[in-house]
This record gives sequence, structure tokens and C-alpha cells, in this order.
Amino acid sequence: MDIHEYQAKKILSNFGVTIPRGGIVYSPENAENKAREIGGSRWVVKAQIHSGARGKAGGIIVCNTPLEVAQATDKLLGKKLVTNQTGPEGKIVNRIYIEEATDIEKELYLGLVFDRSSESIMVVASTEGGMSVEEISKEKPETIIRSKIEVAVGMQNFQARELAFGLGIEPDLIRRASDTIIGCYKAFSELDATMVEVNPLVISKQKQILALDCKMSFDNNAMFRRSQVSELRDKTQEDSKEIFASDRGLNYVSLDGNIGNIINGAGLAMASMDMIKLAGGAPANFLDVGGGATPEKIVKAFKLVTMDEKVKVILVNIFAGINRCDWVAEGIVDALKKIEIKVPLVIRLAGTNVEKGNKILKESKINYIEANTLEDAANKAVAALNKS
Amino acid sequence: MTVLVDKNSKIIIQGFTGKMGSFHADEMIKYGSNVVGGVTPGKGGSKHLNLPVFNTVKDAVNETGADASILFVPPAFAADSAMEAADAGIKICVAIVDGIPSHDMIRIKRYMRRYTKSSKMTLVGPNCAGIISPGKSMLGIMPGHIYKEGRIGIISRSGTLGYEAAQQLKNLNIGVSTSVGIGGDPINGSSFRDIIEKFETDDETDAILMIGEIGGPQEVAAGEFAKENMKKPVIAYIAGLTAPKGRVMGHAGAIVSAYGESAIEKVEILKECGITISKNPSVMGDTVKSVLEKM
Repeated sequence: MDIHEYQAKKILSNFGVTIPRGGIVYSPENAENKAREIGGSRWVVKAQIHSGARGKAGGIIVCNTPLEVAQATDKLLGKKLVTNQTGPEGKIVNRIYIEEATDIEKELYLGLVFDRSSESIMVVASTEGGMSVEEISKEKPETIIRSKIEVAVGMQNFQARELAFGLGIEPDLIRRASDTIIGCYKAFSELDATMVEVNPLVISKQKQILALDCKMSFDNNAMFRRSQVSELRDKTQEDSKEIFASDRGLNYVSLDGNIGNIINGAGLAMASMDMIKLAGGAPANFLDVGGGATPEKIVKAFKLVTMDEKVKVILVNIFAGINRCDWVAEGIVDALKKIEIKVPLVIRLAGTNVEKGNKILKESKINYIEANTLEDAANKAVAALNKS
Repeated sequence: MTVLVDKNSKIIIQGFTGKMGSFHADEMIKYGSNVVGGVTPGKGGSKHLNLPVFNTVKDAVNETGADASILFVPPAFAADSAMEAADAGIKICVAIVDGIPSHDMIRIKRYMRRYTKSSKMTLVGPNCAGIISPGKSMLGIMPGHIYKEGRIGIISRSGTLGYEAAQQLKNLNIGVSTSVGIGGDPINGSSFRDIIEKFETDDETDAILMIGEIGGPQEVAAGEFAKENMKKPVIAYIAGLTAPKGRVMGHAGAIVSAYGESAIEKVEILKECGITISKNPSVMGDTVKSVLEKM
């Protein structure tokens, strides 16, 4: 789960990280007042969307008067921002964060992630703040320093100090920098985060160490014990079909193609998408109805896939294990009584009781194309697409 | 020997009396697995499916001599149950459960460092289908009948894709020595590398089929291990050619976040390690067959 910049800042400030003064607003009038309340003579108006690279998309505007702040807020509110991370449809701006402008002396990068190789938390830092970590590792890999944290004992002061000195921070500020790094580590480990990124972490001309922009992501599996984090979820930033899916226990990812998929198991779903691509088609979605593929889930899956107007063919691929193909087939027949399908439908069943399952489908008089193997299913889906 | 489980494995079910635990315990018993009892705290002393229920794993181990366990407890309590199994002296534990927080998985693995190599439990999963040694024992939730007895080792992150492979092999009249589902989470109890190492020393396995997917460093680590240390052939398929970068594809661990984690990159690296690649998921069986014919 992702949260907004302002929410991440609030969390990090509770862990001792210094952030510029700022506040959230929902209207231009509000914005003008907020700018006055914050004080100072320059402000940054920042569109709150779940994406990085907002600056390049025009989502961050520097203003010199409270009136300009109001105008910038007016310009951004309700707008869809398209960045290299949002996809072509962009993300809507419903909240604006107003912040006092910082006189930047130096921009640094600080990130914390799970390191799957060492199964520990890795802190990554670089002197090249303001660039994305991918850019840094491509263009200035020599500036990257890493520190692996032993989670059983947590981050030690010396580790934070080493990073701070490694970033070339002047001796007077080492203590503050270490506290900042340890604060980020604590937020990561105490709140079940999967990513904390402060980019840039800046040293201001007034010698403050400030988190100027930050991003946090959390482990969905741990939200049951992190209610204060889970209530920060902003559904306006998510794909409506993906929300529909996650609310119903389905794993769904919206893609660009036009062959809709209903598959059980994440691996089999990815494999089916690969087969579609090899057959010359393109998947409209990833959809895993779960290893069990219960009839209820299949009904929900059909609803979801037919919501997508791009879909020109639907491919169902179920490998029934414990749950049996006849039961799955009944689920499909039942679903098709409730939902009208206007596009060609290809069904491949495999596993336990496959003959019985296919028989039920045939006798049900539903209009579909039967497929026997993964390859056959993908080829028939693409052929159906080319005919339609 | 059989990798991880055999006919003599004495199995207990953790979360025995719940719906999932009961259903799959029954399936395992029907398959012929030697299930000796189960654990549900607070229900110790009672009987379930005609087998004894214990309050703690320690009690179950003391009374039955159990050395294998399978977890059907809810994700919030799974880490605790896995550590309890490790501490009670269980040798192999399969965590079926999907949804264990990653921070908990790291905690489990750190906890298990307190044991010496010889007394350390092997944890398989979470979010996996479990283990089957066809004709001998099933410590998992797979449909047992799709596995033919034979000499191919299967390791898969995905459950259903592992079934697909077993079915393709069976259709070609090729059998399986042991199939291990290591699970789709970012941090697994056992990695591909851990399991192929076991297959390399298993007399009952001739070749290994590794079914990977996008995300994480595991497939590459296994490839590098195979290149340096293995004599048996390894065949691999990597799912997720069409998966977009930065998106979680169903499995919590199936996300491309660094170089070497996409399907194309993994395939390239594995080829360099001398591993035979199954070009697409419908020819996993055929690829294994062609490798066997060359042996």
C-alpha cells in the first residue's frame, strides 16, 4: 500500500525526522490562508498523487505570494497528472500540500528497502539526491553506499554515522543526520513498511537536515495490525477495477491489451499471459482468482473482466486440483447465467475430473470455444480476436 | 532417500481442527501420508479425525514422535507457529498460509539461526502448495493423482504452475521424485538454491525442473549454484514475460524492482549458467523429455 507524500512526512516527523513547515489543503481559498499561516516569503505547492516524478509533470509549483499559492492550487486541483509512473490515464489531484520553500545547499538520497538476497533491511544512500535511484545506479553508481541492518538488533548508531560520513556531511551535522537515518529505519521496522525513500534529503543553507520529498509503501499483509497506517489508504489513487478486485479477494492488474483473462494461481496467470503474447496477442489484465477457484470467485471475476471495455476476447484457464473441474464448470455456467458476455469466450480446463467438467460446459449450451492445453487456449483466443 | 518427506515421515497438522486444516488433513491421509495428530491450543486431549489433538507442538512431538508439520493457521499467528515447530524439534515444516507479513518472515529466519545446521528445521513456504513425493507422502494441498511416480524433481514458486508441469510430465509418461512448492512470497523459508542442493544429492532424482517467475534474486542464485556445484541437469521456465515493471503480479514476491528480476533477464542469466530453458509454459514437459533423451 502506498501513501501520499504529506502522510509519509507526518509519519517520519513522529520518528524524529525534520520536515519543512507545511499543511494540506483542499481548495484555493484554504491554500492562501495556509500559506500565510506557514509564513515565510516563498512556498512550494505540491500535488499529492501516488507517484514520483511529479515535478516533470507540472505537479510542483514554486510561488512567491499567497495569491500565487491560491492560483497554483486552483490550477492543480482536480487535474489528472501523467508521470512516467502513472500510466497514460494519469492520477487525479484531490489534495494539495503547501510547504515553505527551502534554501537548498546540498541534495542527498536516502532509501530503505527489503533486501531479498540477505533477507534484511538495506539502507541505500547517495550524494546525488534529486535523481531517481535507477538513474543514480546507472549514471553515478560509485556514489551509492549501502548498509545492511540486522533486524534482530535494529540499526546501530555507528551504522548511521558511517552512512552520514560516507555522504560527506560536515562533522557538526553528523549527529542530526544519524538521528534522521535511524528515524527512517525505526519507521520502516515499526510500521511494517516495505519502502521508505527520502529523495531528496537536503542540507539547507541554514544547516538544517530536512526531508524534502518522501515516499513510503507498506506491506498489505501486515495492515491487520497497522490500523493507523491502513486508514491512510486513498482509493482515488488506485485503478477502480483493481479496487473492485481487491475488495472481493481477487488479484487483478490492469494491462493494455484486449484479451481478458480469468485464471487460478498467480504463476499460471503469468504463464497464460506469456502464451497470449507468444501467440501474437496482448493481455488486458492479470487476474488470479486464487488456487481454489470457487464458483463465487468465478462470478466476480467475470463481472470484473466484462467491466473493462478494452476486452474483445475472454480466456478462462483453470487448473483444478482439490476443487475439481466439474465444480469449476458449474461455477462458470452459473456465472454466465448472471452475466451476459458479448465477446468470444475461450475456456480451458485441466486437472481433476476434466472430462466431466468439459461435458458440463458442452451440455450447458453456453457459447464458448473449448481449448485443451495452455498453448491451444492462447492460440484460440488470438484467433477469435482476429475474427471478431 | 526422498527429498524432505517419505513414507516414514510422521506428520502433525498445526491448526488441525479448523476448516482448512481438517479438509487437507483428510486429503493427506487419503493419499497415504502418515498423519499422526495435530495441534490446536486449548483443544489438547480431544480427538479429531480419529487422531489425537495436542495443545503444543512439544506435546505432540513427545507423544507421537512427529518430525514433520504443516501449518494451516491464520497469517497473523503463522510466524509464532513456525517458530514453535522449530523449537519443538520438527525437522520439516510446510507453511501453506498466504499473507504472512514480510517482517515476520525475517523474524522467523533470524530465530532459526539459534539452531546448529544438523538440528535446524527446514521451512518450506509460506504461500505454497507444499511437498509431495508421489506414492510415498504428501505434505501439502496439491491434487495427488496428477503426479506420477518417477525421477524428476520439481521446484516451483507457483502452485498451479507446478501442477501444470506435473500434468505435462505425466502426459509424456514421465514421473516425479519429489515436487516442492517454495511459495510466492518475497521471503521464503527455503529458496530454489536450498532445494536444488537437496535434489543434487538425492539418489531418486535424475533431473530438476525449476519453475520461477519475475521478482527477487532466487532463480539467479540457484543458477549460479548449479553452474558451480551440480552434475544433474536443470531445466527452467520463468513466468512473467509480459508482466509490467513495478507491479505486484498476484504473488507478493512477483514484482520486478531491480536489474536481473525480469523474466527476460533471468532467462539470459540462467542460460549462461548452463541451464536448459523451457521457452514457454506449454513445453515444460517436452523440454524435460528432450533433456532426458540426451542423458
